[in-house]
Amino acid sequence: MKEKASPLIWPGEAKRRRIQYEKKSPLKEHWWGFSFFSCLEQNDAKANFMKGIENMHFIDKAEIMDEDGIRRALVRIAHEIVERNKGLDDVVLVGIRRRGVPLANRLAEILKDSENVEVPVGELDITLYRDDLTLKFEQPRVGRTYLPFDVTGKKVVLVDDVLYTGRTIRAALDAIMDHGRPQSIQLAVLIDRGHREIPIRADYVGKNVPTSRREEVHVRLSEIDGIDQVTISEEVKDD
Amino acid sequence: MALKGKDLLSLQELSQEDMELVLSTARSLKEILSRPIKKVPTLRGKVICTLFYEPSTRTRTSFELAAKYMSADTVSISASTSSVQKGETLADTARNLAMMGIDLVIMRHSVSGSCHFLSQILDIPVINAGDGMHEHPTQGLLDIFTILDYKPGIKGLKVAILGDIAHSRVARSNIFGLTKMGAEVAVSGPSTLLPPEIEALGVKAFCRPEEAIEGADVVYVLRLQLERQSNSLFPSKREYQDFFGLDHDLLSHAKEDAIIMHPGPMNRGVEIATDIADSPRSVILDQVTNGVAVRMAVLYLILGGRE
Repeated sequence: MKEKASPLIWPGEAKRRRIQYEKKSPLKEHWWGFSFFSCLEQNDAKANFMKGIENMHFIDKAEIMDEDGIRRALVRIAHEIVERNKGLDDVVLVGIRRRGVPLANRLAEILKDSENVEVPVGELDITLYRDDLTLKFEQPRVGRTYLPFDVTGKKVVLVDDVLYTGRTIRAALDAIMDHGRPQSIQLAVLIDRGHREIPIRADYVGKNVPTSRREEVHVRLSEIDGIDQVTISEEVKDD
Repeated sequence: MALKGKDLLSLQELSQEDMELVLSTARSLKEILSRPIKKVPTLRGKVICTLFYEPSTRTRTSFELAAKYMSADTVSISASTSSVQKGETLADTARNLAMMGIDLVIMRHSVSGSCHFLSQILDIPVINAGDGMHEHPTQGLLDIFTILDYKPGIKGLKVAILGDIAHSRVARSNIFGLTKMGAEVAVSGPSTLLPPEIEALGVKAFCRPEEAIEGADVVYVLRLQLERQSNSLFPSKREYQDFFGLDHDLLSHAKEDAIIMHPGPMNRGVEIATDIADSPRSVILDQVTNGVAVRMAVLYLILGGRE
């Protein structure tokens, strides 16, 4: 009698595929995100989609940055932050979950070594502020927001791994402003891959990487992924 | 994910995985309550209706605030001030509300199973905010959430539930939730308020409260549900207090670091002594705060994301 939204991919299935992918090869390829196909509702469409996904995956084309590359980029960004703000008074770092957080921590460490200043680090989860919440198929998990300082009057440096459409940063700006009124907000990213959909730019960029929309940029950090590496991959079809 | 678009009618039907999802989401959302501006835009444009056929302070306010903090709009209907007074049936009331574009109904009703009934009529999700003597799932979840504030885990924890087991939906939700997560639950109350079948739910029943409390990590005191009791289930409130009211003597059987919980509203001096209710070991007010966080999590998980 009652019809409620039935999941296109039942919960166990996503996990099963993830495991399958991990078994296949941990770093060289991965299955494309399922949310992409959320527009498909019908059962036959679902079957086609399932068939399609089996034959489609990403293959790493090139490594853009290795461990040293990431470290050098962060050291340079750290120095630019000091330079731009004429010191580190009132500067706080806020990492955007997930991979912005370890990056923010690393920047804080570099700043401590070079300037001997302990810059406070916060963590920001932007799930509740996403503009695609009603479009995404998979419901994103809400992570923890932890800002151990009042942002009012601070120079907030947002830190994220990849700058792409700019929508994540838009959400992060809203999230930060809900916590107070910072003196300024700046943006530091490890990779800027272009294709902005809203007028947002980064103040500090580790590396500009021209990409096509068919490509994916993967930042892997040792704290989360066990390795420091940035790769670019492209969607291919298996034959 | 698993709760998306679904009803939340009981903890009996909720899997442990889903319970843990609610708890971890609530853990993240609790931070919002400490902000100067308690508002996130997540449920903008959603309309939530609270339909209460029984009086309530905490649950209703808690649900409404949870919805408002997530930017949902709320309308609240009380049986006492609505067309229910003119004899409109529950089904008709609910169908009419649904036709006005409501996205979710939260209902409290004095009849057990009424929320299941409602969920069969309505296409939109239904949250049970207490149905008769059956269940009160969000209370169970917020109680487990509160226990986790003070104890490292639920597995192996000894929980004593004390009082009017027969009439308590809070007891049932806690029993289902806690046993599912691996706690050892003991219940105790006057034999007239302690159904003998209760042990079938995987708990131990004791007529003497000392035995139930012995070595407990958590002492959960239930409200004496006078409005649900026919007469003469126990001689007098005074006698109930003598035998089953939580006082220092009785509490001395529990562990040193045991916490004391109560779903509210308290009958001070009946089921719980006033100085115990206000003691530092009492986490009764924490339960209220956590209730908002847990209900935000439930609303997000049911309503958030794509339809």
